[in-house]
Amino acid sequence: MVRSLTPKSNRILRVVTSSPEETQSFGRLLGSLLAHGDFVALIGELGAGKTCLAQGIISGLGVTSRVVSPSFNLIREYEGRLPVFHIDVYRLDDSRDMLDLDYEEYFYGSGVSIVEWADRIRDLLPAEHLEIRMWWDADHDPNTRWIEVKPNGRRYKEIVKALKERWKSESSYTPSKGVR
Amino acid sequence: MARSFPDLVLGIETSCDETAASVAKRMDSAMGLAPKLLSNVVSSQLEVHKKYGGVVPEIASRKHLEAIIPVINEAIQTAGVGPGDLSGIAVTSRPGLVGALVVGVSTAKALALAWNLPLVGVNHVLGHVYAGFVDSAPKFPFMALVVSGGHTVLIHMLSHTQYQVVGRTRDDAAGEAFDKVARLLGLGYPGGPAVDALAKRGDPNAVKFPRAHLEPESLDFSFSGLKTAVMVFMEKAKRQGRTVPVEDLAASFQEAVCDILVEKTLKAAELYNTRRVLVAGGVSANSRLREMLTDSSQRLGVEVIIPPISLCTDNAAMIAIRGLYLFEEGVRDDLYLNASADSPVS
Repeated sequence: MVRSLTPKSNRILRVVTSSPEETQSFGRLLGSLLAHGDFVALIGELGAGKTCLAQGIISGLGVTSRVVSPSFNLIREYEGRLPVFHIDVYRLDDSRDMLDLDYEEYFYGSGVSIVEWADRIRDLLPAEHLEIRMWWDADHDPNTRWIEVKPNGRRYKEIVKALKERWKSESSYTPSKGVR
Repeated sequence: MARSFPDLVLGIETSCDETAASVAKRMDSAMGLAPKLLSNVVSSQLEVHKKYGGVVPEIASRKHLEAIIPVINEAIQTAGVGPGDLSGIAVTSRPGLVGALVVGVSTAKALALAWNLPLVGVNHVLGHVYAGFVDSAPKFPFMALVVSGGHTVLIHMLSHTQYQVVGRTRDDAAGEAFDKVARLLGLGYPGGPAVDALAKRGDPNAVKFPRAHLEPESLDFSFSGLKTAVMVFMEKAKRQGRTVPVEDLAASFQEAVCDILVEKTLKAAELYNTRRVLVAGGVSANSRLREMLTDSSQRLGVEVIIPPISLCTDNAAMIAIRGLYLFEEGVRDDLYLNASADSPVS
Protein backbone atom coordinates (compact mmCIF):
# COMPACT_ATOMS: atom_id res chain seq x y z
CA MET A 1 0.00 0.00 0.00
CA VAL A 2 1.27 3.40 -0.90
CA ARG A 3 1.79 5.70 2.03
CA SER A 4 3.37 8.78 0.69
CA LEU A 5 1.84 11.18 3.17
CA THR A 6 3.30 12.49 6.37
CA PRO A 7 0.63 13.62 8.80
CA LYS A 8 1.14 17.16 10.01
CA SER A 9 -1.13 16.53 12.92
CA ASN A 10 -2.27 13.32 14.53
CA ARG A 11 -5.79 14.67 14.53
CA ILE A 12 -5.95 14.31 10.76
CA LEU A 13 -6.93 10.91 9.41
CA ARG A 14 -5.39 9.79 6.16
CA VAL A 15 -6.77 6.82 4.31
CA VAL A 16 -5.92 5.17 1.02
CA THR A 17 -8.63 3.15 -0.69
CA SER A 18 -8.09 0.91 -3.66
CA SER A 19 -11.58 0.71 -5.15
CA PRO A 20 -14.86 2.65 -5.29
CA GLU A 21 -16.37 -0.07 -3.06
CA GLU A 22 -13.70 0.53 -0.43
CA THR A 23 -14.27 4.30 -0.63
CA GLN A 24 -17.96 3.62 -0.04
CA SER A 25 -17.33 1.37 2.95
CA PHE A 26 -15.16 4.07 4.48
CA GLY A 27 -18.05 6.48 3.85
CA ARG A 28 -20.54 4.08 5.43
CA LEU A 29 -18.43 3.91 8.56
CA LEU A 30 -18.28 7.71 8.73
CA GLY A 31 -22.04 7.95 8.12
CA SER A 32 -22.71 5.65 11.06
CA LEU A 33 -20.87 8.11 13.33
CA LEU A 34 -22.72 11.27 12.27
CA ALA A 35 -25.49 12.94 14.25
CA HIS A 36 -28.00 15.82 14.06
CA GLY A 37 -26.57 19.00 12.56
CA ASP A 38 -23.26 17.50 11.41
CA PHE A 39 -21.62 19.07 8.39
CA VAL A 40 -19.31 17.31 5.94
CA ALA A 41 -17.36 19.40 3.41
CA LEU A 42 -16.07 17.38 0.44
CA ILE A 43 -13.21 18.85 -1.55
CA GLY A 44 -11.62 17.38 -4.66
CA GLU A 45 -11.45 17.64 -8.44
CA LEU A 46 -13.83 16.08 -10.94
CA GLY A 47 -13.52 12.30 -10.60
CA ALA A 48 -11.82 12.43 -7.18
CA GLY A 49 -14.60 10.25 -5.74
CA LYS A 50 -16.70 12.81 -3.85
CA THR A 51 -20.07 11.42 -4.92
CA CYS A 52 -18.83 7.87 -4.37
CA LEU A 53 -17.80 8.69 -0.79
CA ALA A 54 -21.06 10.60 -0.25
CA GLN A 55 -23.02 7.54 -1.38
CA GLY A 56 -21.27 5.58 1.37
CA ILE A 57 -21.86 8.26 4.01
CA ILE A 58 -25.55 8.51 3.12
CA SER A 59 -25.93 4.75 3.23
CA GLY A 60 -24.22 4.78 6.65
CA LEU A 61 -26.90 7.23 7.77
CA GLY A 62 -29.49 4.56 7.14
CA VAL A 63 -30.74 5.71 3.74
CA THR A 64 -31.69 2.64 1.72
CA SER A 65 -32.89 4.35 -1.46
CA ARG A 66 -30.65 4.94 -4.46
CA VAL A 67 -28.26 7.86 -4.02
CA VAL A 68 -27.39 9.59 -7.30
CA SER A 69 -25.27 12.58 -8.22
CA PRO A 70 -26.69 15.89 -6.96
CA SER A 71 -24.98 17.85 -9.76
CA PHE A 72 -28.13 18.37 -11.81
CA ASN A 73 -30.59 19.21 -9.03
CA LEU A 74 -27.96 20.85 -6.76
CA ILE A 75 -29.68 19.54 -3.67
CA ARG A 76 -31.02 16.05 -3.03
CA GLU A 77 -32.75 15.21 0.22
CA TYR A 78 -32.90 11.80 1.83
CA GLU A 79 -34.55 10.41 4.93
CA GLY A 80 -32.41 7.96 6.88
CA ARG A 81 -32.15 7.81 10.64
CA LEU A 82 -31.72 11.59 10.15
CA PRO A 83 -32.64 13.94 7.31
CA VAL A 84 -29.71 14.10 4.87
CA PHE A 85 -28.98 16.93 2.44
CA HIS A 86 -26.58 16.04 -0.37
CA ILE A 87 -25.51 19.26 -2.05
CA ASP A 88 -23.30 20.07 -5.06
CA VAL A 89 -22.20 23.71 -5.23
CA TYR A 90 -19.92 23.36 -8.28
CA ARG A 91 -22.05 25.57 -10.46
CA LEU A 92 -22.16 28.42 -7.98
CA ASP A 93 -19.52 30.89 -9.05
CA ASP A 94 -19.42 32.65 -5.74
CA SER A 95 -21.09 32.57 -2.37
CA ARG A 96 -23.68 35.16 -3.31
CA ASP A 97 -25.55 32.57 -5.38
CA MET A 98 -25.70 30.40 -2.30
CA LEU A 99 -27.45 33.14 -0.32
CA ASP A 100 -30.32 32.92 -2.78
CA LEU A 101 -30.75 29.23 -2.10
CA ASP A 102 -31.84 29.50 1.54
CA TYR A 103 -28.75 27.50 2.36
CA GLU A 104 -29.03 28.24 6.09
CA GLU A 105 -32.04 25.97 6.18
CA TYR A 106 -29.76 23.08 5.25
CA PHE A 107 -26.43 24.11 6.77
CA TYR A 108 -27.81 24.98 10.20
CA GLY A 109 -30.79 22.63 10.24
CA SER A 110 -31.24 19.43 12.19
CA GLY A 111 -30.16 17.12 9.40
CA VAL A 112 -26.72 16.13 8.12
CA SER A 113 -25.35 18.24 5.27
CA ILE A 114 -22.85 16.77 2.82
CA VAL A 115 -21.50 19.43 0.47
CA GLU A 116 -19.47 18.65 -2.66
CA TRP A 117 -17.03 21.33 -3.96
CA ALA A 118 -17.27 22.95 -0.51
CA ASP A 119 -14.05 24.93 -1.14
CA ARG A 120 -16.08 27.08 -3.54
CA ILE A 121 -18.20 28.48 -0.72
CA ARG A 122 -15.55 28.55 1.98
CA ASP A 123 -16.83 31.77 3.59
CA LEU A 124 -20.26 30.23 4.09
CA LEU A 125 -19.15 26.99 5.72
CA PRO A 126 -20.07 26.61 9.39
CA ALA A 127 -17.04 27.33 11.61
CA GLU A 128 -17.10 23.76 12.86
CA HIS A 129 -17.24 21.04 10.24
CA LEU A 130 -15.56 17.92 8.94
CA GLU A 131 -13.30 18.67 5.99
CA ILE A 132 -12.55 15.82 3.62
CA ARG A 133 -10.08 16.17 0.78
CA MET A 134 -9.87 13.54 -1.91
CA TRP A 135 -7.50 13.04 -4.80
CA TRP A 136 -5.96 10.49 -7.10
CA ASP A 137 -2.56 10.25 -8.72
CA ALA A 138 -1.78 9.49 -12.34
CA ASP A 139 1.30 7.53 -11.24
CA HIS A 140 -0.80 4.99 -9.36
CA ASP A 141 -3.67 2.65 -10.05
CA PRO A 142 -6.59 4.73 -11.36
CA ASN A 143 -8.87 3.18 -8.71
CA THR A 144 -6.70 4.34 -5.81
CA ARG A 145 -7.94 7.36 -3.87
CA TRP A 146 -6.32 9.37 -1.13
CA ILE A 147 -8.72 10.63 1.51
CA GLU A 148 -7.75 13.15 4.15
CA VAL A 149 -10.20 13.82 6.97
CA LYS A 150 -9.62 16.96 9.00
CA PRO A 151 -11.77 17.94 11.99
CA ASN A 152 -12.66 21.58 12.55
CA GLY A 153 -14.07 21.77 16.07
CA ARG A 154 -14.27 19.50 19.09
CA ARG A 155 -17.28 17.49 17.96
CA TYR A 156 -15.44 16.59 14.76
CA LYS A 157 -12.23 15.64 16.58
CA GLU A 158 -14.26 13.00 18.39
CA ILE A 159 -15.73 11.76 15.14
CA VAL A 160 -12.28 11.49 13.55
CA LYS A 161 -10.92 9.69 16.59
CA ALA A 162 -13.73 7.13 16.50
CA LEU A 163 -13.43 6.85 12.73
CA LYS A 164 -9.71 6.17 12.99
CA GLU A 165 -10.18 3.37 15.54
CA ARG A 166 -13.09 1.75 13.76
CA TRP A 167 -11.46 1.90 10.32
CA LYS A 168 -8.26 0.42 11.74
CA SER A 169 -10.15 -2.52 13.22
CA GLU A 170 -12.09 -3.04 9.98
CA SER A 171 -8.87 -2.76 8.00
CA SER A 172 -7.17 -5.43 10.05
CA TYR A 173 -9.44 -8.03 8.41
CA THR A 174 -8.75 -6.84 4.91
CA PRO A 175 -5.14 -6.08 4.19
CA SER A 176 -6.04 -3.93 1.17
CA LYS A 177 -7.26 -1.11 3.39
CA GLY A 178 -4.69 1.45 4.38
CA VAL A 179 -4.81 3.83 7.28
CA ARG A 180 -2.41 6.00 9.14
CA MET B 1 -72.44 15.66 -28.57
CA ALA B 2 -70.01 17.00 -26.04
CA ARG B 3 -67.19 14.67 -25.08
CA SER B 4 -66.83 13.54 -21.54
CA PHE B 5 -63.10 14.23 -21.57
CA PRO B 6 -61.07 17.34 -22.39
CA ASP B 7 -59.91 17.44 -26.01
CA LEU B 8 -58.01 20.74 -26.09
CA VAL B 9 -55.32 20.81 -23.44
CA LEU B 10 -52.91 23.53 -22.34
CA GLY B 11 -49.60 22.08 -21.17
CA ILE B 12 -47.19 23.92 -18.87
CA GLU B 13 -43.59 22.93 -18.12
CA THR B 14 -41.14 24.65 -15.75
CA SER B 15 -39.22 21.77 -14.16
CA CYS B 16 -35.73 22.95 -15.10
CA ASP B 17 -34.40 25.75 -17.26
CA GLU B 18 -37.10 26.02 -19.91
CA THR B 19 -40.34 27.92 -19.44
CA ALA B 20 -42.72 26.26 -21.89
CA ALA B 21 -46.39 26.13 -22.83
CA SER B 22 -48.22 24.27 -25.55
CA VAL B 23 -51.73 23.56 -26.77
CA ALA B 24 -52.48 20.04 -27.99
CA LYS B 25 -55.69 18.86 -29.60
CA ARG B 26 -57.29 15.48 -29.62
CA MET B 27 -57.68 14.07 -33.13
CA ASP B 28 -59.49 10.79 -33.54
CA SER B 29 -58.26 8.51 -36.24
CA ALA B 30 -58.88 4.91 -37.14
CA MET B 31 -55.89 4.11 -34.93
CA GLY B 32 -57.38 5.89 -31.92
CA LEU B 33 -56.33 9.13 -30.32
CA ALA B 34 -53.61 10.92 -32.31
CA PRO B 35 -52.67 14.21 -30.65
CA LYS B 36 -51.95 17.21 -32.82
CA LEU B 37 -49.88 20.16 -31.69
CA LEU B 38 -51.46 23.56 -32.19
CA SER B 39 -48.59 25.42 -30.55
CA ASN B 40 -45.31 24.70 -28.80
CA VAL B 41 -43.59 27.67 -27.15
CA VAL B 42 -40.27 27.34 -25.34
CA SER B 43 -38.56 30.30 -23.73
CA SER B 44 -35.13 28.97 -22.94
CA GLN B 45 -33.10 30.32 -20.07
CA LEU B 46 -30.01 28.79 -21.56
CA GLU B 47 -28.18 32.06 -22.16
CA VAL B 48 -28.53 32.94 -18.49
CA HIS B 49 -27.38 29.51 -17.33
CA LYS B 50 -24.42 29.28 -19.69
CA LYS B 51 -22.68 31.81 -17.48
CA TYR B 52 -22.98 29.38 -14.58
CA GLY B 53 -22.13 26.21 -16.49
CA GLY B 54 -25.51 24.78 -15.58
CA VAL B 55 -28.85 25.45 -14.03
CA VAL B 56 -28.92 27.51 -10.87
CA PRO B 57 -32.29 26.97 -9.20
CA GLU B 58 -33.01 30.39 -7.76
CA ILE B 59 -32.21 32.02 -11.08
CA ALA B 60 -34.40 29.42 -12.77
CA SER B 61 -37.34 30.28 -10.50
CA ARG B 62 -37.05 34.00 -11.10
CA LYS B 63 -36.78 33.61 -14.85
CA HIS B 64 -39.74 31.24 -14.94
CA LEU B 65 -41.79 33.78 -13.05
CA GLU B 66 -40.94 36.49 -15.58
CA ALA B 67 -41.59 34.29 -18.60
CA ILE B 68 -44.56 32.13 -17.63
CA ILE B 69 -47.50 34.44 -18.47
CA PRO B 70 -46.09 35.72 -21.81
CA VAL B 71 -45.23 32.14 -22.80
CA ILE B 72 -48.73 30.86 -21.99
CA ASN B 73 -50.29 33.80 -23.83
CA GLU B 74 -48.20 33.08 -26.89
CA ALA B 75 -49.06 29.38 -26.81
CA ILE B 76 -52.79 30.13 -26.69
CA GLN B 77 -52.61 32.82 -29.39
CA THR B 78 -50.44 30.75 -31.74
CA ALA B 79 -52.90 27.89 -31.36
CA GLY B 80 -55.62 30.28 -32.54
CA VAL B 81 -57.84 29.50 -29.60
CA GLY B 82 -59.15 31.47 -26.66
CA PRO B 83 -59.06 30.45 -23.01
CA GLY B 84 -62.76 29.63 -23.36
CA ASP B 85 -61.96 26.93 -25.93
CA LEU B 86 -59.58 25.07 -23.64
CA SER B 87 -60.91 22.02 -21.93
CA GLY B 88 -58.12 21.10 -19.54
CA ILE B 89 -54.72 22.05 -18.11
CA ALA B 90 -51.76 19.70 -17.69
CA VAL B 91 -48.68 20.78 -15.76
CA THR B 92 -45.36 19.19 -14.85
CA SER B 93 -45.55 18.62 -11.10
CA ARG B 94 -42.51 16.35 -10.56
CA PRO B 95 -39.60 15.67 -10.58
CA GLY B 96 -37.34 18.70 -10.95
CA LEU B 97 -36.16 21.77 -9.10
CA VAL B 98 -38.93 22.52 -6.61
CA GLY B 99 -38.54 26.29 -6.86
CA ALA B 100 -38.91 26.03 -10.62
CA LEU B 101 -41.77 23.50 -10.62
CA VAL B 102 -43.76 25.61 -8.17
CA VAL B 103 -44.01 28.45 -10.71
CA GLY B 104 -45.71 26.21 -13.28
CA VAL B 105 -47.88 24.38 -10.78
CA SER B 106 -49.14 27.57 -9.09
CA THR B 107 -49.91 29.17 -12.44
CA ALA B 108 -51.74 26.05 -13.65
CA LYS B 109 -53.81 25.89 -10.47
CA ALA B 110 -54.73 29.58 -10.70
CA LEU B 111 -55.78 29.22 -14.34
CA ALA B 112 -57.73 26.02 -13.66
CA LEU B 113 -59.62 27.81 -10.90
CA ALA B 114 -60.17 31.02 -12.88
CA TRP B 115 -61.21 29.28 -16.10
CA ASN B 116 -63.01 26.45 -14.34
CA LEU B 117 -61.00 23.74 -16.10
CA PRO B 118 -59.92 20.27 -14.99
CA LEU B 119 -56.28 19.98 -13.93
CA VAL B 120 -53.80 17.14 -14.07
CA GLY B 121 -50.21 16.93 -12.82
CA VAL B 122 -47.79 15.22 -15.21
CA ASN B 123 -44.56 13.43 -14.35
CA HIS B 124 -41.80 15.09 -16.35
CA VAL B 125 -39.97 11.83 -17.08
CA LEU B 126 -43.12 10.12 -18.39
CA GLY B 127 -43.87 13.35 -20.23
CA HIS B 128 -40.71 12.88 -22.32
CA VAL B 129 -42.11 9.57 -23.58
CA TYR B 130 -45.11 11.44 -25.03
CA ALA B 131 -42.90 13.50 -27.32
CA GLY B 132 -43.14 10.31 -29.39
CA PHE B 133 -46.96 10.54 -29.54
CA VAL B 134 -47.34 13.54 -31.86
CA ASP B 135 -49.57 12.80 -34.84
CA SER B 136 -49.35 9.04 -34.45
CA ALA B 137 -49.33 7.13 -31.22
CA PRO B 138 -47.05 4.10 -30.72
CA LYS B 139 -48.75 0.89 -29.70
CA PHE B 140 -48.31 -0.47 -26.19
CA PRO B 141 -46.36 -2.21 -24.83
CA PHE B 142 -42.96 -0.70 -25.57
CA MET B 143 -39.63 -0.09 -23.87
CA ALA B 144 -38.90 3.61 -23.27
CA LEU B 145 -35.46 5.07 -22.59
CA VAL B 146 -35.63 8.59 -21.17
CA VAL B 147 -32.14 10.02 -21.22
CA SER B 148 -31.28 13.61 -20.30
CA GLY B 149 -29.15 15.79 -18.05
CA GLY B 150 -31.11 14.73 -14.99
CA HIS B 151 -32.37 11.25 -15.88
CA THR B 152 -31.38 7.98 -17.43
CA VAL B 153 -34.23 5.55 -16.97
CA LEU B 154 -35.70 2.54 -18.78
CA ILE B 155 -39.47 2.28 -18.44
CA HIS B 156 -41.55 -0.65 -19.60
CA MET B 157 -44.71 1.09 -20.78
CA LEU B 158 -47.78 -1.16 -20.67
CA SER B 159 -50.43 1.54 -20.93
CA HIS B 160 -50.81 5.24 -20.16
CA THR B 161 -51.23 4.48 -16.50
CA GLN B 162 -49.32 1.20 -16.12
CA TYR B 163 -45.56 1.26 -16.37
CA GLN B 164 -42.56 -0.16 -14.61
CA VAL B 165 -39.08 1.25 -14.16
CA VAL B 166 -36.75 -1.60 -15.13
CA GLY B 167 -33.40 0.23 -15.17
CA ARG B 168 -31.92 3.55 -14.12
CA THR B 169 -28.62 5.24 -13.44
CA ARG B 170 -26.85 4.48 -10.20
CA ASP B 171 -24.80 7.68 -10.23
CA ASP B 172 -24.65 10.26 -13.02
CA ALA B 173 -27.26 10.70 -15.73
CA ALA B 174 -25.92 10.30 -19.28
CA GLY B 175 -26.46 14.00 -20.01
CA GLU B 176 -24.59 14.86 -16.83
CA ALA B 177 -21.67 12.74 -18.06
CA PHE B 178 -21.71 14.76 -21.30
CA ASP B 179 -21.66 18.00 -19.28
CA LYS B 180 -18.81 16.87 -17.04
CA VAL B 181 -16.67 15.49 -19.85
CA ALA B 182 -17.31 18.67 -21.82
CA ARG B 183 -15.92 20.50 -18.79
CA LEU B 184 -12.81 18.25 -18.84
CA LEU B 185 -12.37 18.90 -22.56
CA GLY B 186 -12.71 22.63 -22.02
CA LEU B 187 -16.02 22.90 -23.89
CA GLY B 188 -19.04 24.93 -22.85
CA TYR B 189 -22.45 24.16 -21.34
CA PRO B 190 -24.58 22.36 -22.30
CA GLY B 191 -22.04 19.62 -22.95
CA GLY B 192 -24.19 17.39 -25.17
CA PRO B 193 -24.32 19.49 -28.35
CA ALA B 194 -20.67 20.59 -27.90
CA VAL B 195 -19.36 17.01 -27.63
CA ASP B 196 -21.64 15.86 -30.46
CA ALA B 197 -20.34 18.56 -32.81
CA LEU B 198 -16.69 17.90 -31.96
CA ALA B 199 -17.10 14.12 -32.16
CA LYS B 200 -18.18 14.36 -35.79
CA ARG B 201 -14.55 15.19 -36.64
CA GLY B 202 -13.03 12.58 -34.32
CA ASP B 203 -12.25 8.87 -34.35
CA PRO B 204 -14.69 6.97 -32.09
CA ASN B 205 -12.22 4.09 -31.82
CA ALA B 206 -9.20 6.22 -30.88
CA VAL B 207 -9.58 5.38 -27.19
CA LYS B 208 -11.44 2.35 -25.90
CA PHE B 209 -13.17 3.78 -22.84
CA PRO B 210 -14.79 1.28 -20.45
CA ARG B 211 -18.46 0.36 -20.83
CA ALA B 212 -20.02 -0.21 -17.41
CA HIS B 213 -22.18 -3.31 -17.84
CA LEU B 214 -22.69 -3.84 -14.08
CA GLU B 215 -24.14 -7.24 -13.12
CA PRO B 216 -24.85 -9.56 -16.07
CA GLU B 217 -28.64 -9.19 -15.93
CA SER B 218 -28.73 -5.59 -14.76
CA LEU B 219 -30.50 -2.94 -16.80
CA ASP B 220 -29.06 -0.18 -14.63
CA PHE B 221 -26.56 2.38 -15.90
CA SER B 222 -23.41 3.89 -14.42
CA PHE B 223 -21.62 6.80 -16.04
CA SER B 224 -19.49 8.07 -13.17
CA GLY B 225 -16.66 5.64 -13.94
CA LEU B 226 -16.60 6.65 -17.60
CA LYS B 227 -16.15 10.29 -16.65
CA THR B 228 -13.28 9.27 -14.36
CA ALA B 229 -11.75 7.14 -17.13
CA VAL B 230 -11.69 10.14 -19.46
CA MET B 231 -10.06 12.22 -16.73
CA VAL B 232 -7.45 9.55 -15.95
CA PHE B 233 -6.67 9.06 -19.64
CA MET B 234 -6.17 12.80 -20.20
CA GLU B 235 -3.94 13.16 -17.17
CA LYS B 236 -1.78 10.17 -18.10
CA ALA B 237 -1.43 11.36 -21.69
CA LYS B 238 -0.38 14.75 -20.40
CA ARG B 239 2.29 13.23 -18.14
CA GLN B 240 3.62 11.11 -20.98
CA GLY B 241 3.77 14.18 -23.16
CA ARG B 242 1.32 12.68 -25.64
CA THR B 243 -1.28 14.82 -27.31
CA VAL B 244 -4.58 13.20 -28.14
CA PRO B 245 -6.86 15.26 -30.37
CA VAL B 246 -9.82 16.55 -28.39
CA GLU B 247 -12.07 15.46 -31.30
CA ASP B 248 -10.95 11.84 -30.78
CA LEU B 249 -11.60 12.04 -27.05
CA ALA B 250 -15.07 13.48 -27.63
CA ALA B 251 -15.88 10.83 -30.25
CA SER B 252 -14.53 7.95 -28.15
CA PHE B 253 -16.40 9.10 -25.03
CA GLN B 254 -19.61 9.59 -26.97
CA GLU B 255 -19.24 6.15 -28.52
CA ALA B 256 -18.97 4.56 -25.07
CA VAL B 257 -22.12 6.34 -23.80
CA CYS B 258 -24.15 5.51 -26.90
CA ASP B 259 -22.97 1.88 -26.94
CA ILE B 260 -24.24 1.33 -23.42
CA LEU B 261 -27.51 3.21 -23.94
CA VAL B 262 -28.35 1.25 -27.09
CA GLU B 263 -27.20 -2.09 -25.74
CA LYS B 264 -29.17 -1.83 -22.47
CA THR B 265 -32.29 -0.53 -24.20
CA LEU B 266 -32.30 -3.40 -26.68
CA LYS B 267 -31.56 -5.88 -23.92
CA ALA B 268 -34.49 -4.47 -21.90
CA ALA B 269 -36.80 -4.83 -24.90
CA GLU B 270 -35.67 -8.43 -25.33
CA LEU B 271 -36.02 -9.29 -21.63
CA TYR B 272 -39.52 -7.82 -21.52
CA ASN B 273 -40.44 -9.37 -24.81
CA THR B 274 -41.28 -6.28 -26.83
CA ARG B 275 -40.13 -5.36 -30.33
CA ARG B 276 -40.81 -1.66 -29.90
CA VAL B 277 -38.44 0.92 -28.40
CA LEU B 278 -38.94 4.64 -27.78
CA VAL B 279 -36.02 6.91 -26.93
CA ALA B 280 -36.63 10.45 -25.64
CA GLY B 281 -35.10 13.21 -23.52
CA GLY B 282 -32.36 15.73 -24.29
CA VAL B 283 -29.63 13.16 -25.02
CA SER B 284 -31.85 11.53 -27.66
CA ALA B 285 -31.01 14.58 -29.78
CA ASN B 286 -27.44 13.22 -30.01
CA SER B 287 -26.69 12.42 -33.65
CA ARG B 288 -24.57 9.33 -32.95
CA LEU B 289 -27.23 7.85 -30.66
CA ARG B 290 -29.90 8.37 -33.32
CA GLU B 291 -27.64 6.79 -35.94
CA MET B 292 -26.90 3.73 -33.77
CA LEU B 293 -30.58 3.27 -32.92
CA THR B 294 -31.59 3.46 -36.58
CA ASP B 295 -28.88 0.92 -37.48
CA SER B 296 -29.96 -1.57 -34.85
CA SER B 297 -33.57 -1.05 -35.78
CA GLN B 298 -32.82 -2.21 -39.32
CA ARG B 299 -30.47 -4.94 -38.21
CA LEU B 300 -32.68 -6.46 -35.52
CA GLY B 301 -36.11 -5.65 -36.86
CA VAL B 302 -36.98 -3.63 -33.76
CA GLU B 303 -39.29 -0.68 -34.26
CA VAL B 304 -37.48 2.41 -32.96
CA ILE B 305 -39.40 5.59 -32.23
CA ILE B 306 -37.38 8.78 -31.72
CA PRO B 307 -39.23 12.09 -31.45
CA PRO B 308 -38.14 15.01 -33.63
CA ILE B 309 -35.13 16.84 -32.16
CA SER B 310 -37.29 19.86 -31.31
CA LEU B 311 -39.30 17.68 -28.92
CA CYS B 312 -36.36 15.84 -27.32
CA THR B 313 -35.31 18.65 -25.04
CA ASP B 314 -37.70 19.98 -22.40
CA ASN B 315 -40.97 21.28 -23.80
CA ALA B 316 -44.63 21.56 -22.86
CA ALA B 317 -46.02 19.76 -25.91
CA MET B 318 -45.14 16.43 -24.33
CA ILE B 319 -46.89 17.52 -21.14
CA ALA B 320 -50.04 18.62 -22.99
CA ILE B 321 -50.11 15.32 -24.89
CA ARG B 322 -49.71 13.16 -21.81
CA GLY B 323 -52.40 15.38 -20.25
CA LEU B 324 -54.81 14.49 -23.09
CA TYR B 325 -54.31 10.80 -22.44
CA LEU B 326 -54.53 11.12 -18.65
CA PHE B 327 -57.78 13.07 -18.97
CA GLU B 328 -59.08 10.36 -21.26
CA GLU B 329 -58.19 7.79 -18.60
CA GLY B 330 -60.16 9.82 -16.06
CA VAL B 331 -57.11 11.02 -14.12
CA ARG B 332 -57.60 14.44 -12.46
CA ASP B 333 -55.85 16.42 -9.74
CA ASP B 334 -57.44 18.94 -7.44
CA LEU B 335 -56.10 22.32 -6.39
CA TYR B 336 -54.00 20.68 -3.68
CA LEU B 337 -51.62 19.49 -6.41
CA ASN B 338 -48.06 20.06 -5.22
CA ALA B 339 -44.64 20.29 -6.79
CA SER B 340 -42.20 17.59 -5.76
CA ALA B 341 -38.47 17.26 -6.40
CA ASP B 342 -38.53 13.48 -6.43
CA SER B 343 -40.48 10.87 -8.22
CA PRO B 344 -40.64 7.08 -8.26
CA VAL B 345 -40.00 7.36 -11.99
CA SER B 346 -36.69 9.16 -12.26
